[in-house]
Formats: sequence, C-alpha cells, structure tokens
Amino acid sequence: MPSNDQSIDKRPWLLLSPSLVAITLLVVIPMAFILVYSFYENLDLAVDKVAFQFGNWSEVATDGYYHTAIWKTLRLSVIVTVLAAVLGYIPAYFIAMTKFRDKWLLLLLLILPFWISFIIRTLSWIHIFGNQGALNGLFQMLGLTDAPLSLMYNEFTVIVGFIHVFLPYMILNIYVSLEGIDGNLEPAARTLGATPWQAFREVTLPLSLPGLAAGCLLVFVLTGGSYVTPLILGGPSDFLFGNLIYDAIVTELNWPMGATLSFTLLLLLGLVVVVYSRLMGLNQLSKAFK
Amino acid sequence: MKLRVWTLLKTYTVLVYFFMFAPIAVVLVLAFNSSQFGGFPIEGFSFRWFVKLSENEAIIRALRTSVILGACTAVIATTLGILAALALVRYSFRGKDLITTVLIAPVLVPETVLAVGLLIFMRWLHVPRSFGLLLLGHSIIALPFVVLVVQARLTGIRRDYEEAARSLGANPLQTFFAVTFPLMLPAVFAGALFAFTISFDNITATIFWRPSGMETVPTQIFGMLRNSVSPEINALGFVMICITVGVPLMAGALARYYMRNTK
Repeated sequence: MPSNDQSIDKRPWLLLSPSLVAITLLVVIPMAFILVYSFYENLDLAVDKVAFQFGNWSEVATDGYYHTAIWKTLRLSVIVTVLAAVLGYIPAYFIAMTKFRDKWLLLLLLILPFWISFIIRTLSWIHIFGNQGALNGLFQMLGLTDAPLSLMYNEFTVIVGFIHVFLPYMILNIYVSLEGIDGNLEPAARTLGATPWQAFREVTLPLSLPGLAAGCLLVFVLTGGSYVTPLILGGPSDFLFGNLIYDAIVTELNWPMGATLSFTLLLLLGLVVVVYSRLMGLNQLSKAFK
Repeated sequence: MKLRVWTLLKTYTVLVYFFMFAPIAVVLVLAFNSSQFGGFPIEGFSFRWFVKLSENEAIIRALRTSVILGACTAVIATTLGILAALALVRYSFRGKDLITTVLIAPVLVPETVLAVGLLIFMRWLHVPRSFGLLLLGHSIIALPFVVLVVQARLTGIRRDYEEAARSLGANPLQTFFAVTFPLMLPAVFAGALFAFTISFDNITATIFWRPSGMETVPTQIFGMLRNSVSPEINALGFVMICITVGVPLMAGALARYYMRNTK
C-alpha cells in the first residue's frame, strides 16, 4: 500500500466506515432512543403511548425500591472489585516476576477461562455450595451434619460467582502493566538501600497502578451491569439494578420504565468510566490485548 | 527477595488458580457421574448423560442455533474489524484517537443497556425480534474485541513485503491478495475465533434479543436451571468446554507445528 502521510486521505475513512456506521446505528442511535422512550407513558402490558412526561423519572427519583437497588449495586460492585484486586494482584506479580520456565503455561491458564462458557462457570458453584454440592458432601462424610446445610442462594455466592468470572480480567490487566516495568528499577532501589518491601511499595506498586486501575474499572462496570449471576446464584433479595431492567422489560413488558432504568444505569456506570478516563485515559484498557 | 516470601507468593498464586479451576473441574467430573442427580455423591462412571444429551432435541436445536449464529457473527465482526484495524494500523489521520475510542466504546456500555437500547430502537421501527437482530447485536458486541485483537496482530506485519511486491509490478489488489492477506491470516483467524466465542457465550443480551421460542445454548441452559442442575447440563458443559477450549488450543498447536515445519 502506498504512502500514508497525506493529511486528507479518504482510504482510512473508507475502511472505517462500515464499523462506524454499524456502531452509530446499533449503539449510538439506540442510546438516544432509550432517552426518548423514558418519557413515554406505559398504559398496559407492552402497550405504551408516545408522550413527554416525567412520570417514569419521578418514580425512579422518589421510589425507595430503586434507591435500594442502586445502593446494592454500587456496594456489590465495590466489594467484588476490591476482592478481585486483592486476590488478583499477587498472582499477576508472581507471573510477571517468576523465572519459572513454564511461565507461558501460567499465562495460558489465565486466558483459558475466557474460552469457557460464562454460564457453565457460574453454575459450577452450585456444585460447590449447593445441597448436593462438594462442601455439603464433605461435611456429611465427616459426620459434621446430617441434613445438608443451605449455603447457596445468598449474597456470598453471588460475590464468589462474580469474582470467579471477572478475576482473569483483573489479573491480566495488572500483569500487563507489571510486565512493562523496567526490570532494573527494583534492584536499583535495593542498591540505594531500600528494603525489598520498600522497593516494591515505592517503585513497582506505583508503576503497576495503571493496570490495577484498568482491571478495577472493567470489573466494576461489568459487575454493575450484570443481572444473570444474581438470578443463578442469588436469593430473592440479591438483585442488582440490572435485574430491575430485566423485570421491567422481560416480565412486566413495561418498556418506558425499562428505558428509564436503563438510562439511569448508563449514567451511573458512565460516570465511573468518565472519571476513570479523565484520570488514566482509555489507552490502558486496550493493552491487555497485545 | 527472601525465599520464604517467594514461597508464600507461589502458594497464594496456586490457591488462586485452584479457585479458578476447581469448580470447572467438578463440572467435568460430574458429567460422568452415573447418579440420576446432577450433584454429589459420585455413584459410578457412566456415559449415560451424554447419550441422554444427544437425544435431547431442544438442546441439539439450541446448539445448532448457537453455532450458526456464532459463525455468522464471526464473519461480520471479523470483516468489519479487519477493515477498521487496517485503517488504524496503516494510516495516520486526524482524529485517530477519537475514532479508536468510538470503536472501543461499545465495550464500556453495560450489555444490559446495549440490549435494551437496540430492542427499543427495533420496536420503534416495528421490527420484531429475530435471528437477524441477534446477529447484528452479537456482531456489535464482538466488534471492539476483534478490532483490538486484529490491531495487535497487524502491527507486527512488516510493510517491506508489500513494498517489494509493488516494486516488482503487482497492483494494489494483487498485492493485497498475494501478500498482505496471507500475512494477515493469523490475525483474521484469531479475530474470527474470538468473535465466535463471544457470540457462543453471550447470554446477557441474548435473553433480550431472541425471538420467543428461539434458544441458544446459554439461554437453554439458563431455562433448564430454574429448579436444579440436571446431569445433562454437566454433560453439555463438558461438551462445550471441549469445543471452546479444545478448538483454539488445537488451532494454536497446529499453527505452531505448521510454522516449525515450514521454517
């Protein structure tokens, strides 16, 4: 392909146009329609009226049920994100620093979960915590209990399910930024008299923050937008904001309300993304693919 | 670093890996449990649930839908993704950073919101839910990932070969099909495989977009889960893991073998 230094060159735009058209039609315009639809009025199951009224919005703003859901969603997302960071940092550090010959195997195993069905990975926890699960089987074998203990369908199993699915995102992002650190920096700090812990805290940890932040953003946004995991692993009170959207659209067929709730979720999680991109820029997010 | 600390880190890492893989291993093992229940205890070794699975028409139908949907998604998302990635890698133009952000943006929109948005837009257009909607939706979900994967692979291809072909008299189209495309094949393949997996695995948006009566494998499993995990689901899990893990691993191994033999 010939030179590419002309400032007005139509070819890149030709190559980009199919994707840009698709994103405009299938993402950007639909987002605008969510906003428009949130002002419509719901009359009956799946029947709505074109209108410009704030009924749906005032319901979301005043009904405590929705506030509880927002609170629960933020709380759970924070818990999952923090736990994933704590669980994920050390393995990422180990993989990045190890001289182990079969490092590629550790990396391959890290990518493997991405290829395994989300729903299978999620339901696999029923085999661990369920009435017929491994833990109950073990307890009964040891004679600790006679009847199965109910360990499932609570907030704990939802958190475990989320962490299990999102942990590889976290580890991969942290690993990528640890891998990019100049290997001489920590020894240099040591030569200058730092203890190993100081060298880590003053040199390696700050330099790995972009990856940690990218991992946290991904896990937070992915958790905050979910609704399937609580349906599979949670009890009746373990719902997220996404579950309200699911109920509104799929169960109640209340489209205007579904639209209002969707736009609310978009605003809440969008805010997090905007704050992140102001602080870190979005480039870090794409580094995990290289 | 002190050896003891290192051992501690190693143990921690092993435990985290155990956490990631133990539940999956349990599914794989339970698929061969002869018990009529999906959980423990293990009563014996049996293939009966695989036989049962192959006779379950609903699951076979869902599997067919998922495979066709995944393949079509791979074609669309890879085609769009490669064109976009070529533009990003091969040309410098104004607003490139903005365009990159726009291409990646769909990842940052919560899938639930993406699903509702497209559904409402289609409702406004009076287009009912259909396979086509699923296909378009899955393609747009996969597109950013394909762009990122292909872009990363394309950056590694040197321009010298193309310039050599051009200077030897090949026209741009010939150059593309004789030189660039073969060099891009691994990127194409990686992108397509990624798109297929994303589509094959999707449930969050699929639940909103599927027409009533149409099931993909994940929604079918989701529907069957309401009461408990049936042993058939374990067997299905085994089959799915073999497909989605086995195929890329074999492709990778084959590619490596092929490369070694051609050198």
